[in-house]
Amino acid sequence: MTLLTDPLGYEFFVRALAASILVGLVCAVIGTYMVLRGLAFMGDALSHAAFPGVVAAYLLGAPFYLGATIAAVGTALAIGWITRRGRIRGDTTIGVLFAGMFAFGIFLFSTIPNYVGDLFGFLFGEVLGISGADLVALAILSVIVLGIVTVLWKELLYSTFDPLAAAASGLPVAALEYLFLGLIALTIVISLQAVGIILVVAMLVTPAATAQLLADRFSRLMAIAVLIGTLAPIGGLYLSFWTNTASGALIVLVETAAFLVALALGPRTGLLRARRRSAPG
Amino acid sequence: MTSPHREPDRHPETVRLVGHAGEPAPGHEHHAGHTGGPPLSVWLVDVSVGYEDKAVLEDVDLQLPAGSLTAVVGPNGGGKSTLLKLIAGLLEPWGGTISVLGGRPGEHARAMAYVPQAEAVDWSFPVAAGDVVMMGRYPRLGPLRRPGSRDHAAVAHALDLVGMTAHARRQIGALSGGQRRRVFLARALASQPDLYLLDEPVTGVDNATQEDLMAVLDAEARSGKTVIASTHDLASAAQHFRSIVAVNGTVIAQGDASLVLDADVLMRTYGGHLLFVGERAVVLDDAHHHDEAPGGEVHHHEGTPGRGTRRR
Repeated sequence: MTLLTDPLGYEFFVRALAASILVGLVCAVIGTYMVLRGLAFMGDALSHAAFPGVVAAYLLGAPFYLGATIAAVGTALAIGWITRRGRIRGDTTIGVLFAGMFAFGIFLFSTIPNYVGDLFGFLFGEVLGISGADLVALAILSVIVLGIVTVLWKELLYSTFDPLAAAASGLPVAALEYLFLGLIALTIVISLQAVGIILVVAMLVTPAATAQLLADRFSRLMAIAVLIGTLAPIGGLYLSFWTNTASGALIVLVETAAFLVALALGPRTGLLRARRRSAPG
Repeated sequence: MTSPHREPDRHPETVRLVGHAGEPAPGHEHHAGHTGGPPLSVWLVDVSVGYEDKAVLEDVDLQLPAGSLTAVVGPNGGGKSTLLKLIAGLLEPWGGTISVLGGRPGEHARAMAYVPQAEAVDWSFPVAAGDVVMMGRYPRLGPLRRPGSRDHAAVAHALDLVGMTAHARRQIGALSGGQRRRVFLARALASQPDLYLLDEPVTGVDNATQEDLMAVLDAEARSGKTVIASTHDLASAAQHFRSIVAVNGTVIAQGDASLVLDADVLMRTYGGHLLFVGERAVVLDDAHHHDEAPGGEVHHHEGTPGRGTRRR
């Protein structure tokens, strides 16, 4: 029992727990829409695009949330705009901007003397080091994202499922698309400190992907994704505390394990079912 | 002219091969009938549209009164879907004037239901048939508001009309092709529109589904709603619709549904894809299904134009 209660004696652990549960919740909600819209790659791109913003904020002594938000939201809107305007496929635009922004971040970073030390934190997160002020900022951003989704969940769902019919019946589909890209960007900003740039995409995509294996109704899919998204950080943080290993990586590993279990036992993809189907000719 | 009332079976206009009549541009404020017939639902004057810099439709003139049940026919790539999207407000015209339900396209969006081609839909999406139909209610509900008893009643009624009540809780991908089309028509019905824009609503479905869905659309048209549906099934167009619009790069002809039997109209619509063998017309519509046809394969769709057989 002390194995579970001991870590709670540390203020940093409780803060980290609160932060990562919140991050898991927001990521699961946004990730559900992302997966259904086929935007998983966009999550990866925007997290990398946030990097120069984080570094710039660090250089200027500004809050990192501000820099990351400007860089990620700016890139999200640019990707949306170029894809709508240009004759370039969306994934191509994403590839160009994401690598370009990340390179700019590395360039900025290399201007800092003795920069190697903090790089690890930026790339892989350090939720155990989250400050009280950062936790408050994270909570405010989470309320904003979840609030917008609460107001517009129907409209987001319809425009995801059938954008043509939704637009014809009067929903502002293009505006909703931009708004959603903005929500992805904000979610990534929220998640950076917990899991870092490289692993954010897993927080976004894995819970929803796991839920897709288990549910064929939207509400249930969202519920399962939220359940995984909020439980995985708890498991991951304890494992990290006990084994003294990287917290962000363990959170993602717990989610990945959940996905693999669902893949093996799920009603549609499960190995048991596959075996049963292949047995009789 | 025909009387403006009591003859829902007859299209108010006689057969009319479209030329350049130099008609006045439709004002958005008045959409009353031009000849004293029912008010016009859709009125296009000299409209052109395309994608990027390639024109798909040019010099389109079209008038469809309220209560009409119109099939849009023509070869693939001829602009059937584009015409529907134009009326739906999904495409900006390059030029010309469009009036839809007495306003700009999209101005009365909530009075309009658009159903895309089956190919445009992700059938693995995690929604049940009933959820899809409820989406038809979302635009009028607006943000924040959850569906209420009236919405649930409208959904139940729509599902009942298309015979899908028993399947309301099944995921859409688990339904047959015909059942999926029923569900999508139910979504349109649930939104209680004045104008239906349906892209290939009965393509590739079984006969029973086709009869059922066309009966529902026929009833909607009789109650004064305007129904416009694209089809490349000429037999279906002649049999189930009251008027047709033949489209190939522009509007070739507009008039009574029997027009699809007219050799001249067929010739001008399908051009080189049409072959007359004695009294039978053969549509060599090798363009359609080109997505799935292996290279070099040509589909011969033969039969009389009135009762042609289609490959499924």
